[in-house]
Amino acid sequence: MLTDADLQSIWLTLRLAGLVTAILFLIGTPIAWWLARTRSRWKGPIGAVVALPLVLPPSVLGFYLLVTMGPNGPIGQLTQALGLGLLPFTFWGLVVASVFYSFPFMVQPLQTAFEAIGTRPLEVAATLRASPLDAFFSVALPLAAPGFLTAGILTFAHTVGEFGVVLMIGGNIPGVTRVASVQIYDHVEAMEYGDAHRLAALMLVFSFLVLLAVYASRPNQLKA
Amino acid sequence: MDPIEVRFHLTWPGFSLAVDECLPGRGVTALFGPSGCGKTTLLRCIAGLERAPRGRLAFQGQVWQDDRTWVPTHRRPLGYVFQEPSLFPHLTVLGNLRFGQRRSPAPAPGGTAAPSGLDQAVDLLGIGPLLARKPDRLSGGERQRVGIARALAVNPRILLMDEPLAALDHQRKQEILPYLERLHDRLSIPVLYVSHAPDEVARLADHLVVLEAGRVLASGPLQETLARLDLPIRLGEDAGVVLEGRVAERDERWHLLRVDCAGAGLWVRDTGLPIGHQVRVRILARDVSVALTPAQGSSIVNTLHAEVAALGEDSHPALALVRLQVGGTDILARVTHRSADLLGLAPGLPVWIQIKAVALL
Repeated sequence: MLTDADLQSIWLTLRLAGLVTAILFLIGTPIAWWLARTRSRWKGPIGAVVALPLVLPPSVLGFYLLVTMGPNGPIGQLTQALGLGLLPFTFWGLVVASVFYSFPFMVQPLQTAFEAIGTRPLEVAATLRASPLDAFFSVALPLAAPGFLTAGILTFAHTVGEFGVVLMIGGNIPGVTRVASVQIYDHVEAMEYGDAHRLAALMLVFSFLVLLAVYASRPNQLKA
Repeated sequence: MDPIEVRFHLTWPGFSLAVDECLPGRGVTALFGPSGCGKTTLLRCIAGLERAPRGRLAFQGQVWQDDRTWVPTHRRPLGYVFQEPSLFPHLTVLGNLRFGQRRSPAPAPGGTAAPSGLDQAVDLLGIGPLLARKPDRLSGGERQRVGIARALAVNPRILLMDEPLAALDHQRKQEILPYLERLHDRLSIPVLYVSHAPDEVARLADHLVVLEAGRVLASGPLQETLARLDLPIRLGEDAGVVLEGRVAERDERWHLLRVDCAGAGLWVRDTGLPIGHQVRVRILARDVSVALTPAQGSSIVNTLHAEVAALGEDSHPALALVRLQVGGTDILARVTHRSADLLGLAPGLPVWIQIKAVALL
């Protein structure tokens, strides 16, 4: 069955994906809300930046993150000044990189869900004495709930599946940055096809179930 | 009741709104006009859902908008009914009603144990049996009744209604109109009612504001405004008046009712209304003819003695509108200029009028 190293890599992967999803719920929600509601001319450029990780090769993204988080990069200098040391080749470096990498998978479903609500329910809420913040929590969030489910699942799954950015930023440190996808790569490199098969099959089943959950939640989204 | 001061200037591509009016602080004021005339925009500006860059809005002495003040919608003590009911789909009917009620101050303590706005609204709109349902389990008419009740449950000091019947078919409309008439009779707060439907305005409005291309064409009490000759205001395709009266007599033999409107007794078909019931009737100018002598051998039931008050132009150069006074009531008649000349119609002339059709509203 799975080796201890395999289990360690799976646990690390789940921790990373869970953390990244939680962080992106906090960061992505206001940005998706803004993108869905604004008439600013910055909507286009910001939307494009959010979508960039969809088309960029992970190595490109990973390279730039490595440079900015490195000793001479702005983020690297900041983290050093704050006494946090350098982020590359640490678990937290991986978290930061994954947040960037999975950004569109959180923001875009949320933005779509918020846009589908339209302005009317919020206007109704305002005529019923709800302040904009109150209306966001009491009306927009419940109505966008299926969108949150989709966004959360996609973000989690996408983070589980990342490889290129991990190699660039995290390297391959057992228990720190060696996630499941890297572990599979290691198995293959070492000609351990049996081990690779078990882990790969697990990922396959997991991905299928995740997508099944997303598609099963779609009809609700349409109804809302 | 203090009036509502409304002054807005707003320009959008292809549309402008310029309104400077004092709306009455009580009764139902209809904002009437064709679609695109700006009536909904005006209502949204009053609600604070739209912000006119230049304007002043004062509600019963409280400034809601001027150069320095902007009270956001959720701090304005108003109720708003949208064209589509727009109920919150994630809440039950009761949840929808409570949404606003929870967030609004209790009604001013007056009277002993006054029922809350919510209970009153449920009662007024007859939605008690629906409270536990979700909006998707309601019919269109029921939904709009809940929408109206939800707006009333916040104990508003003014009710704004944006074509609340426009999205409903004829039958649903007939289902809701009686409830709106009840509101009209029972509510003490002013109501602004946006509509392009003449029958709704004729039935519900006390005061009429006619809008055209973002400007106010006429504004005043409904009966007076409809009887104006300088600017014949049409509800629908034809000039005519709306009269308020009371059922005074029932003629069992011929199935007729007599409705007394300030000095004019009019016979209408018996619809089963009780004696003493307050009603409105509508008389179109084209259904009224004028004669110098009482008609002999006519089939027309309603023949009244009247006095010519004024003459005016109608939409076609062949036609004139005549304003006639019957007791304290103004009625419009449409005649040809030729007839007016032939009869020598002039202010002060006593005449007989025949009314071919009186519509009970």
